[in-house]
Amino acid sequence: MPTITRRTYLALSALAPVAAGLLARESRSEDISSRDVIRNRYFPNLVLMTHEGRQVRFYDDLIKDKIVTINFMYTQCEDGRCPVTTANLVRVQKLLGSRVGRDIFMYSFTLAPEHDTPTVLKRYAKAYGVGPGWTFVTGSPRDMEVLRRKLGFVWANPVRDAKRSSHTGNLRYGNEPLQLWSACPAMAKPEWIAESISWVDWPKTTAAKPG
Amino acid sequence: MHLLKHQWSRLARTAWANRQEIIKAGLGRRDLFKMGLLTSAGYLVAKRGLSTRAAYADDDDNVCSSPPTRAFYDLLPTPRDGTMKIQTPTTLTPTPTAAPNTAAGEGRKITHQAFTQFAPQKFYAVTQRAGYVSVSPDLPLQTLWGFAIGTPTENKPIDVPGPVYVAHYGEPILVRNFNQLPAQDKNGGFGLPSVSTHLHNGHTPSESDGNPCDFFERGYFYDQHYPNVLAGVLSDHQAPPGVDPATGGDINEAMSTLWYHDHRVDFTSQNVYKGLAGFYLLFNDHDTSDENTGFHLPSFPAYDIPMMFADKCFDSSGKLFFDLFNLDGILGDKFTVNGKIQPVLHVSPRRYRFRWLDAGPSRFYQFFLTDLTNLSAHNLFWQISSDGNLLPKPIRVESVRLSVAERADVIIDFAPFAGKTLYLENRLKQDDGRGPTDHEIRSAGQGNLVLKIIVDGPTVADHSQDPATITKFYDLPSTAVTPRVKRTFVFSDSGGGWQINERFFACNDIRFTVQENSVEQWTLINDGGEWEHPIHIHFEEFQTLSINGRAPATSPLVQTGRKDVLRLEADASATLFFRFRDFTGKYPMHCHNTIHEDHAMMLRFDIAPIGDTRQSP
Repeated sequence: MPTITRRTYLALSALAPVAAGLLARESRSEDISSRDVIRNRYFPNLVLMTHEGRQVRFYDDLIKDKIVTINFMYTQCEDGRCPVTTANLVRVQKLLGSRVGRDIFMYSFTLAPEHDTPTVLKRYAKAYGVGPGWTFVTGSPRDMEVLRRKLGFVWANPVRDAKRSSHTGNLRYGNEPLQLWSACPAMAKPEWIAESISWVDWPKTTAAKPG
Repeated sequence: MHLLKHQWSRLARTAWANRQEIIKAGLGRRDLFKMGLLTSAGYLVAKRGLSTRAAYADDDDNVCSSPPTRAFYDLLPTPRDGTMKIQTPTTLTPTPTAAPNTAAGEGRKITHQAFTQFAPQKFYAVTQRAGYVSVSPDLPLQTLWGFAIGTPTENKPIDVPGPVYVAHYGEPILVRNFNQLPAQDKNGGFGLPSVSTHLHNGHTPSESDGNPCDFFERGYFYDQHYPNVLAGVLSDHQAPPGVDPATGGDINEAMSTLWYHDHRVDFTSQNVYKGLAGFYLLFNDHDTSDENTGFHLPSFPAYDIPMMFADKCFDSSGKLFFDLFNLDGILGDKFTVNGKIQPVLHVSPRRYRFRWLDAGPSRFYQFFLTDLTNLSAHNLFWQISSDGNLLPKPIRVESVRLSVAERADVIIDFAPFAGKTLYLENRLKQDDGRGPTDHEIRSAGQGNLVLKIIVDGPTVADHSQDPATITKFYDLPSTAVTPRVKRTFVFSDSGGGWQINERFFACNDIRFTVQENSVEQWTLINDGGEWEHPIHIHFEEFQTLSINGRAPATSPLVQTGRKDVLRLEADASATLFFRFRDFTGKYPMHCHNTIHEDHAMMLRFDIAPIGDTRQSP
C-alpha cells in the first residue's frame, strides 16, 4: 500500500539525505516478510565482540536461525542484582542441558562496554561457571546503546532509562525463524524460565493435531 | 468538518517544521536516533509529526506512525445490522463430558466441577483461526486471528471482534472452543497459537475461566462450561438480603457486560492485539434485552450496541504491527471500534445503550460526546454500569473514563440531537504506555475522534425508561462484615520485570489460598510513581472501601459500584472488599495493561475449603 506519491518522495528526498534514506527503506518495505520486518526493526547487524575475543555480527552470528535468550548486565553492577541474575541464569543453563550451544543460545550484553572488555567478561563468565553456548558480548559504547534500545530494554522515563541498573531485570526469549518472542523476569525461578523457553521451541510432532 | 481539516493541516505543518529543523541542523541518522532518547513531550510530538510522512518509527522504539487512513468511512459493525455476529447454538459431537475427552482431542485437563449441578442447556462451537479482515479502506486486508462461529469443518469466516454471546442467568451454556490457529512459523510476526480464552469476569468455575495456565494447543479443543449463575448460588455464606428466588444467588451481584479474550500466559498482549476478543452479554429478569420489561433498558440489539475500543499501529506497508520488545506498554495511533478504524454509526433520535470496553493493550480513555459545531456544549449522558455491574442507579456524566479492560454501559438520548452529528471523543492525553500523561484532558475537539454518530435515523418509538426517573437498579451488598483475613499487595517494577509483593508470576506458584465462602479485604498499593496499573481480579467482583484512605464517594463515582478492574493510579492505594463463593480452583490477579501482565505482573491464588491467612503473599 503506497503511502506517499512519487512527487512527494522526490520533494522530500531533495530536502535532506536523512529523509531520503528513511524513505528508501519505506519504499522497499512493501512486500518484505514479517520475519524481515522484525529483523529490520530490532536486530541491527552490528559488529560485536564476545568474551572469547571472537568478532561477531549481531544478527548473522548471534540471532539468525536460533532460539535465544537475551539479557543486559555489567560486571560492576552497583546494586548487586547482576551477580544474582547471572547465578540464576546459570541454573537455567543447567536445566536446558546440552541444547545450549546446539540450538538454544544465551546472550548477556554489557551495559558498560567501556569497562567490560572481552577479557573482563571472560573472567566474569568463568567465575560464575558459565558453560558453552552462553556468550557475553561487548562492543563500542554507541553500538551497545543502539542494541539496548533496539531490543527494547528501554524506559520512557529518561531518568530511569539513564540508569544502567534499570535494565538488568528482564530476559527476552525467542525463536528467530519462528518469529516467536516474549520476555520474563531474569530473576524468575529457573524452572519457570526453562518452561517459558519451551513455548517458543521448535514445533513438536505431538503439539498439533488434526481437528 | 472544518476542525478535522484543521487538525490534519496542523499536523502536516508540524511535520514540515520538524523536517526543516532537522535539515537546518544537519542532523544525521544517528543524531535523529539520539533525539529518540529525549522524551520531553515536545520532542515526542515533533517526531510524530516528522514521521507521519517521512518514515515509519525507524530508530525510535516508542513512536507509532501508521499510514494515513480516511476517518469515518466504514460503518461501525453492530449486532443490530448483523455486521457483528451473534453466536448461535448448535449440537456438539461428541457430546460434552464432565471429564476431559482426551481421546477426542480435548486439551482440557481438569474435570468440570459443576457440570451436573448446572447442566448446560445450550451448546456453542467456536473456532479460532486466521483470516483476512478489513480495518480500513486505505489499508490492505489484515491477516488477523479471530473466532469463527461453528466447528472447524463448518469453515465459517472469522469475526474480529468475535461473535457476541447472548446469555441469560439461569441458563448454563457450554462453548466448545477449537484452536485451529496457524502453525508457529506462520504467525505473521507475532502471536502464539496456544490459547486460553478467559471470560472476563464470569462467575465461572476455574477450569472454564480461561486461566492463563490452562492453555491448549492448536489442533485441540476445550469445552468451557459457563453456569451463568449469580454469585452466592452455592454458598452458605451470610447472604445479604436480595437472594434471587429463582436461582438462590444474590441478585445484587448480577452482571451485564462481560467480554472474552485470550489469556495465554506471556502471550496475552500479542494474541488479543491480533484479534482474539469478543463480547458476552448476560441478561436476567430485570436487565432483559427488551425495553418493554424489567428495568426498561433500550432493547438489544436494535438500541443496545457493544463497542470495543482498541488502538493499533500499522507499519509502512499497512500491516498491523505489534511492538514485541516493549516494557512500559504500547500505544497505537489508529483508533478502532469493533475492529474498524474511526467508523460511523447512524442512530435514530431516541435513547440508546452503548456498552463501552477498553480492550487495550495499554491505552486509557476518557470519552466525551463532542458536537464539532458547538464545542462549548456540555453534552451529558447517563452511566449505568461500571465494568460488568449495573450501578445502584444511573449517574449523569459528561465523560466516562476507562482503563484497560474496564467497561461502562451508558445511555445516551439522541432525541435532542436529531439531524445532528456527534463524535465520541477521547480527550485524555497519553504519550506512552505507562498511563495517561499528567491526567491532562484536552479541550473539546482536540482529542481523538474515535466514532462519528449521525442522528439521521427515522423517528421511532422509545419504550425505554428515562434514566433520570430510574431510582434503583440493585442495592450494593453490605460490606459491614469482618473479613477473615486482610491482605496487602504491592505492585512494583524490578528493572525489567513487573512484580507483586516483590515476586514474579509462575503457574505453579500458589501465592495464597482463599477460604471458600469467606470475606477478605485486600489493599492494593502502587509503589511506582510512573505507571498506572488497571488491576483485574478474576472470579469475584469487589467493592472499593477506600482509595488513598478516603471513602470512594469522594473519588470518581464509578468506584462506588461493584467492579472487577481497579484503576490503580501512580502511588495510589485502594482497599477492596471481596466475598469468595461457590467454586474452587485457581484464579489470577494481574495488571490488565497486557504488556505488564505478560511481564509477570500477575499472581495465582486458589480458592479451597481451607484457606490461609498470609497477609503479604
